[in-house]
Amino acid sequence: MLNEREKQIIRELQEDLPLVNRPFEKIAQKLGMEEQELINKIKELKEQGIMRRFGAAVKHQHLGYIANAMVVWKIPENEIVTAGDLMSEYPEISHCYQRPTYPGWPYNLFTVLHGKTEEECINKAKRISKETGYYNYRCLFSTKELKKSSMKYFVD
Amino acid sequence: MEVHNLDKKILDIIQTDFPLVPEPYKELAYRLNTSEELIIERIKHLQQSKIIRRLGGIFDSRQVGYTGTLIAMKVPGHKINNVTRVINEYSGVTHNYLRDHEYNMWFTLLAESQEKIKQTIKQIQVETGITQILNLPASKIFKIKVNFNLQGEENAKRERETNN
Repeated sequence: MLNEREKQIIRELQEDLPLVNRPFEKIAQKLGMEEQELINKIKELKEQGIMRRFGAAVKHQHLGYIANAMVVWKIPENEIVTAGDLMSEYPEISHCYQRPTYPGWPYNLFTVLHGKTEEECINKAKRISKETGYYNYRCLFSTKELKKSSMKYFVD
Repeated sequence: MEVHNLDKKILDIIQTDFPLVPEPYKELAYRLNTSEELIIERIKHLQQSKIIRRLGGIFDSRQVGYTGTLIAMKVPGHKINNVTRVINEYSGVTHNYLRDHEYNMWFTLLAESQEKIKQTIKQIQVETGITQILNLPASKIFKIKVNFNLQGEENAKRERETNN
């Protein structure tokens, strides 16, 4: 569990890094610590896996990856690990999760598939379906982005 | 949108290997054989044009003590604007999309516990009057790709773990 001090540090580090010559010094001052101490803390948070990475979060639509499809698959429960591993091998799949099913919602494996166009996504899904042998799937395209933001922790 | 060649090189480095040194922009300038002023100017430009959404620490929500879920809702067409306003108001909702399915609104929700998530779902039901809601927390994560390398290769991080 994180202590109050760590939460304070996370609160500062999740804001945009100042565009000044010594940005870490500026944040360190706010936190009442030394510049090098803060840099070491960032490295420590990364090593612990608490911080996934330090750097830029980029909006992909601007860079040619226009289309993404949420492709949901109906996989027999006892094959889910095999199927999940198989799907994860594909570089065009960025996310692969198992999720619960409900009456009227039979799909238990969720993948996010990227392509330059919707058509490319559809074709890739078809190819993956053929190669893996899982034929019961749906491609759900986003028709509108309603919100996309980076999470801010410990602000409520 | 066309992305400047230098911008691509900057983005590649600062997505995967941001220099953790006292003068990071100077270090970037050194690596890319340009000036610190130009690096700062280009990053500022990439932020203003919203290509860079954030420059800072990106945390693992589970390691930070948060838990997440994916939620799907059936929202009648005439209610979409209203429901969107309600959903987007929650700070734990980071992504929200309309998708071409009878479950047409899909959003992610992060909170400090599954209990908090259940409370929020109830609250959403009350606020929107929508009852057809699927709570779809991941029971197993096979893959999360952290980012794309803009020069073609893909940087994959594979994880296989059981949640909770």
